Amino acid sequence: MPDRSPSTPPRRLSTAAALWRIYPWAKPAIPSIALGMVAALVAALVALSIPLVLENLVDNALETGESANIWPAVLLVLGLGVLEAVMIALRRWFVLTPGTHVEARLRNSFYAKLQDLPVAFHDRWQSGQLLSRAMSDLSLIRRWLSFGLVLFVVNTVTIVVGGVVLFTWSPLLGAIFIVCAVPIWIYGFVFEKKYSRIARRSQDQAGDLATAVEESVHGIRVLKAFGRGKHALENFASQAESLRGTEIEKAKAIAGIWYWLLLLPDIAFALCLFGGVWLAASGELTVAQLFAFFATAAILRWPIESIGFLLAMTFDTRTATDRFFEVMDEVNTITDPAQPASVDEPRGRLVFDDVHFRFQDTAEGQPDLLDGVSLELLPGETMALIGITGSGKSTLTALTTRLYEVTGGRITIDGVDVRDLSRLELRRHIAMAFEDATLFSATIRENVLLGRDDIDLHSPEADAALEEALDIAQAGFARELPDGIETTVGEEGLSLSGGQRQRLALARAVAARPAVLVLDDPLSALDVDTEALVEAALRRVLASTTALIVAHRPSTVMLADRVALLERGRITAVGTHSELLASSEHYRFVISSLDDDDPLVPTEGDGRQEVTS
Amino acid sequence: MSSASVLGVSGEERDDFSKEESRQIRRRSLRLLGSLLGPLKVRVFWTMLVVVVSTAAQVAGPALIAFGIDTGLPAVLERADWMPIVLIVAIYLVTGLIGAVLIAWYTVLSARISQAILIDLRKRVFLQTQRLSLEFHESYTSGRIISRQTSDLDSIKELLDSGINQLVSGFLYMTFTGIALFLLDWTSGLVLLVSLIPLLILTRWFQKRSQSVFRETRVTSARVIVQFVETMTGIRAVKAFRKEKRNEATYGALVEDYRDANARAIRLFGFFDPGLVLIGNVTVAAVLLVGGFRVVDGAIEIGALLAAVLYTRRFFDPMEEMAMFYNSYQSAAAALEKISGVLEERPSVPDPTSPIDLWQARGHVSFEGVRFAYNHDSVVLPSFTLDIPAGQTIALVGTTGAGKSTLAKLISRFYDPTDGRVLLDGVDLRKLHPKDLRRAIVMVTQEAYLFSGTVADNIALGKPGASRDEIERAAQAVGADTFIDALPKGYDTDVNKRGGRVSAGQRQLISFARAFLADPSVLILDEATASLDIPSERLVQEALQTLLADRTAVIIAHRLSTVAIADRVLVMEHGRIVEDGTPADLISGSGRFARMHAAWRDSLV
Repeated sequence: MPDRSPSTPPRRLSTAAALWRIYPWAKPAIPSIALGMVAALVAALVALSIPLVLENLVDNALETGESANIWPAVLLVLGLGVLEAVMIALRRWFVLTPGTHVEARLRNSFYAKLQDLPVAFHDRWQSGQLLSRAMSDLSLIRRWLSFGLVLFVVNTVTIVVGGVVLFTWSPLLGAIFIVCAVPIWIYGFVFEKKYSRIARRSQDQAGDLATAVEESVHGIRVLKAFGRGKHALENFASQAESLRGTEIEKAKAIAGIWYWLLLLPDIAFALCLFGGVWLAASGELTVAQLFAFFATAAILRWPIESIGFLLAMTFDTRTATDRFFEVMDEVNTITDPAQPASVDEPRGRLVFDDVHFRFQDTAEGQPDLLDGVSLELLPGETMALIGITGSGKSTLTALTTRLYEVTGGRITIDGVDVRDLSRLELRRHIAMAFEDATLFSATIRENVLLGRDDIDLHSPEADAALEEALDIAQAGFARELPDGIETTVGEEGLSLSGGQRQRLALARAVAARPAVLVLDDPLSALDVDTEALVEAALRRVLASTTALIVAHRPSTVMLADRVALLERGRITAVGTHSELLASSEHYRFVISSLDDDDPLVPTEGDGRQEVTS
Repeated sequence: MSSASVLGVSGEERDDFSKEESRQIRRRSLRLLGSLLGPLKVRVFWTMLVVVVSTAAQVAGPALIAFGIDTGLPAVLERADWMPIVLIVAIYLVTGLIGAVLIAWYTVLSARISQAILIDLRKRVFLQTQRLSLEFHESYTSGRIISRQTSDLDSIKELLDSGINQLVSGFLYMTFTGIALFLLDWTSGLVLLVSLIPLLILTRWFQKRSQSVFRETRVTSARVIVQFVETMTGIRAVKAFRKEKRNEATYGALVEDYRDANARAIRLFGFFDPGLVLIGNVTVAAVLLVGGFRVVDGAIEIGALLAAVLYTRRFFDPMEEMAMFYNSYQSAAAALEKISGVLEERPSVPDPTSPIDLWQARGHVSFEGVRFAYNHDSVVLPSFTLDIPAGQTIALVGTTGAGKSTLAKLISRFYDPTDGRVLLDGVDLRKLHPKDLRRAIVMVTQEAYLFSGTVADNIALGKPGASRDEIERAAQAVGADTFIDALPKGYDTDVNKRGGRVSAGQRQLISFARAFLADPSVLILDEATASLDIPSERLVQEALQTLLADRTAVIIAHRLSTVAIADRVLVMEHGRIVEDGTPADLISGSGRFARMHAAWRDSLV
């Protein structure tokens, strides 16, 4: 099971308090929601009065048999009818558009929060869970605000007013009615406990299902390559089945409260009928009063019944709110300092000073992944970072731009701790290219110039930067695409090969003209020829730019002025390639490939390879 | 008859459908609805019966009270006879109980039906997603297919939850009331009948307008989801390049579009609903007017008029609920249209209709006059013929974009050739049973995707049901065991989202273990070692030597060290195979490969 709610407060808020937390987003809509409630109440009252008015009119105005009385009567009925329709229209008018604004505000805040939260948060949370919060949960909140809440208030008021009216008709019968309502309230509390639990489970399961859907789409190549579509379906189906089970359990809970909400008024009616007849027999109540009592009581039936689904909706919304705030309450550990420092003219001196890093959930007793890394990159220097798979190279690069935060020691750029800079400035000084080259659904131009928010994307300056970056990254293929550099790539556009994407990602990092370039194995998907060309071009850029390059291949190492060897969480050796080759056995192990066992000298026989030296 | 412009998912984002297109889409989604309801016919019938009986029980209530006051009370007053009223109260209690029990039962029954429909639909879309070819997925974004399976299904769920019982009981109620009115006073009945004309016009107007607005809500919500998914998937790049603010603006605009479409849909209903109330109330006034004059003329009694007016009023009572139902129906219908579009897509790499079994593949792959083009203009692979004997290990080299991956994808049948055939052991891949095909041919790509779950789960994907022992042996074989053992919980470590905590190289090791476990007769490695460091690569290579000893392999790698284990090298350029020979022959020659190899040798330490 995923770690869903790392920050849920242990104390459970009451439903009202939990829902109240939406207030800051709903605030602008509150006056119109209140007006909507008033309109709804008026509409309800008019609707209640129309049958009474009709009876009166028919009985009195038409009794006389004069046709002159007909028109005023008809006009009155018509007027009330129009008023009711207008009030209903007003209610919707007042409530619905503001409701959609609340939803949009919530959605934008949620998105902004997610973008702000550190990568570690995204590692921990499944994206389907986030998506289901951003879509289903927020739309539920909107519907509750503009529909559930309004009806809940209006119907409760109607029930209370109706109860009072009943009481005035006949205290005894009114008392019977109210006593019968008590079990509903008691059951309501039981229902809340039971239902909220199921509602929570159902929404979480829906989120898991969204995750399964997302993974099945993003991992489609793997599933296809292994022909595991059916297998994935089985997993998905079993998750969907659990959701179905929960939904049916939910329906049973709702059926439970419906049962009481339907049965209790009926019992009350039956008792009142008997009591009413008894009172009438003893002369304490007239037949007309008895009739009026039932006429009013009948009107209260629907509001009472509606309490069932309104409660269910309210609890659903409460759960949705909780899920929303689980993310919003998340404390961002990687924030801008209150008084950010600034490096006005970055020269690119990048220093790791006894840097420690461990993932939060690393087991006790395990050493830190980065266990005291100290390394200095001089301005303009190109440093290659070498180490075996999983030694923490990528993590080390991610620390420079605070994608992750050091857990000890510090990283400085031109003497300033990276934590003292605003993230915006820091990431302007340091540009990265990742091994998984992520391109966004945008044109080549927009993708490559992503880091250049300082210039107009269509200015001549931008053109020049773009051309230069494409040249350096050997991404000239971009110009031959259907729409050239204006071709949309990424998911919504043309699909490119891994090597092509990697070159564009490299171009993007170069185009940002940072003081420091951090490249995480940027050439892994390139063929030998292209790689050589990129390297030659990169050399020019790197002459003036500080660079930290994670490398696997000797060819990439050749780019570097010096090489740092990462071994068991520390930099164990720094030096030029040949120095390290001579001095470090681990370095030789990591970097030298098939030097001593050249397989390409053919042996006699079938042509299959044979290892000789 | 059917137009291709709206076939499948084409034209999905449009909202200006012609009449014919619109009808075609509706028909398609209704067909889908029918096929979903088909297997549930019996259950639906019983549920409806429960609704009818419970409605009857509920309607009986007011009648019993009236009966109690009209008959029971006089009996007490006049004869002190308590029998009738006691009986009526008892009957009342019983019908109340029956009504409540039935409604509660109905709630569960209908949940079962709607959940059955949903799960059926979910599975169908999921399976269809898996069946559709890569070509489809490359153009239809993941966000869109996700939105089809999440937010679109949500709106169908909303319809199913909105209570069909209210529709049924509302309809019954209106029918009974209408008939009662006609029996009572046919003139008033006629007035009611006339009122149905504006009612139909209004409904028709709502239907037409809401159809297009609801379509828009589906399109805009999908766009919101696409942007959301893209941001969260690429969150590192977003942060590294400070895209947050720009993203917020983009997302904000999309959210606003969605909000606007939603608000317009709601506003339409905000007009429709009071419109219905207005028609109802005006009809009441009309009945009163017409009836009033006839009362004065003495044509009808006042009592009859009162009853007629009350019946008319009641006739419109369930209208609001039915309108709401209709509203959710329109919304769900728009979603169903999109979903049915996805379901209508025919995979461009279809499963064979009469598949040929191949229990034991030897691994002989051949291309016969194969040509591959995305469309007429862009030929990726011009016609070629190639034979790969069983057991041979082929290295495929060439510059990026030379068509190596395409060739590999033809063997693994991610694509089908435009012309010619690809054969495995003499059987056309298009005719081979998909199960046998996937068992025989496995492809490992550079992009090593991990699913959420444990490391062991991820390796086991290569062979569902593999024992722990097999999994561990596979990991050992490719040298992945060292790092796995070092993970907090070893093989039971959760790899989290998208393998966030496992490095790119480690991910590749896991996917190698996966392939090792799958034990195919033909193994295709497309840049599968790109992210590995040299020691790991060396281990993998050693593993490959044993692994590939008795199977066919096609290896695409930029690092020519891979060539070390190949029997044969194919050099590709612009979609053509320009060199073909043993590594030794090619190296000693003077062709492209000899040059590439020399350059590579130089780059080594």
